Amino acid sequence: MAKKIPQINASSMADISFLLLIFFLVTTSMDVNQGLARRLPPPIPPDQKIEDQDINKRNLLIVKINSQNQLMVQGKELPINQLREEAKKFILNAEDDAHLPKLVEEDFGAPIGVLKYTKDHVISVQNDVDTQYQAYLDVQNELVAAYNELRNECARKYFHKAYAELDEDQQKQVQKVYPQKISEAEPKNYGGN
Amino acid sequence: MAKIRRNEKREMPALNTSSLPDIIFMLLFFFMSVTTMKEVTYKVQFTNPQATELTKLEKKTLVRYIYVGTPTAEFRKQYGAETRIQLDDAFADKKEIGDYIINERSAMNEQDQGLMTVSIKADKETRMGVIADIKQELRRAYALKISYAATQRTSF
Repeated sequence: MAKKIPQINASSMADISFLLLIFFLVTTSMDVNQGLARRLPPPIPPDQKIEDQDINKRNLLIVKINSQNQLMVQGKELPINQLREEAKKFILNAEDDAHLPKLVEEDFGAPIGVLKYTKDHVISVQNDVDTQYQAYLDVQNELVAAYNELRNECARKYFHKAYAELDEDQQKQVQKVYPQKISEAEPKNYGGN
Repeated sequence: MAKIRRNEKREMPALNTSSLPDIIFMLLFFFMSVTTMKEVTYKVQFTNPQATELTKLEKKTLVRYIYVGTPTAEFRKQYGAETRIQLDDAFADKKEIGDYIINERSAMNEQDQGLMTVSIKADKETRMGVIADIKQELRRAYALKISYAATQRTSF
């Protein structure tokens, strides 16, 4: 007769896994690492003076945020929830408005083909020293959202897919149509220390 | 004929707990996958601002963090309630950021150095003066890939 194998006592297994579970609960945090990705401009050599670059006025969208977190776009006050539409209108210039950025024709390769786009547009964000971080991020977020929406529309039109689903080369093509040009003013020291 | 046995004491059968470890393990794996390890002990407190256009930070080994906020209660006596910068486990001056980034970058693999991302974890009430200073320091250190840590906003 074969010997019966005695069963292993597994009752402490639960305790062991409980310990592990509690250890992980204590050492981890729930928040995932996500954020608004941006790229900073390279530093200016110290011997070079900060010059105001000569950009045609029609190619420039100036967004100012004051210390009360209020927004001024092209000299007019604007609530934050309208900024996205305003930025999209500026980037697109669908009706070839003389006050909006100049349209340039360029061949983007198949399947986009020859298209008119606002090549030299720049969105300039200027903020006060006392602006709240959240307000600043809101503005950045809306501008990035405007670009993302436009790129998505472009991807759907020419590739029939969402922008995120395109492969790298196709994404680059779309990026060329809507180059992200958000410039931030060099912080200037207005007197004081 | 059925016999009613009333007075006889019946023993409660032992509860089968053999699946309990499996259940707990499942819980454990769930938590392991949805959470992230804490990078450091926070000496500053901050609430992330909210945004919608978020991207996930992919490779954790390529990310360095800068924390900005007011000192936590235990450090308030020593450091006051002014906004402070924390690098790794210690408070730091904004002038130390450049050195810190350069040190961290030279410790990385050569092919990873260009991919380093700096995540700024700042309190949403922070004044932009502080953030602008940090950004200038990062530019000087050629750490141009940055990410403003934020949480997903559900409604405007």
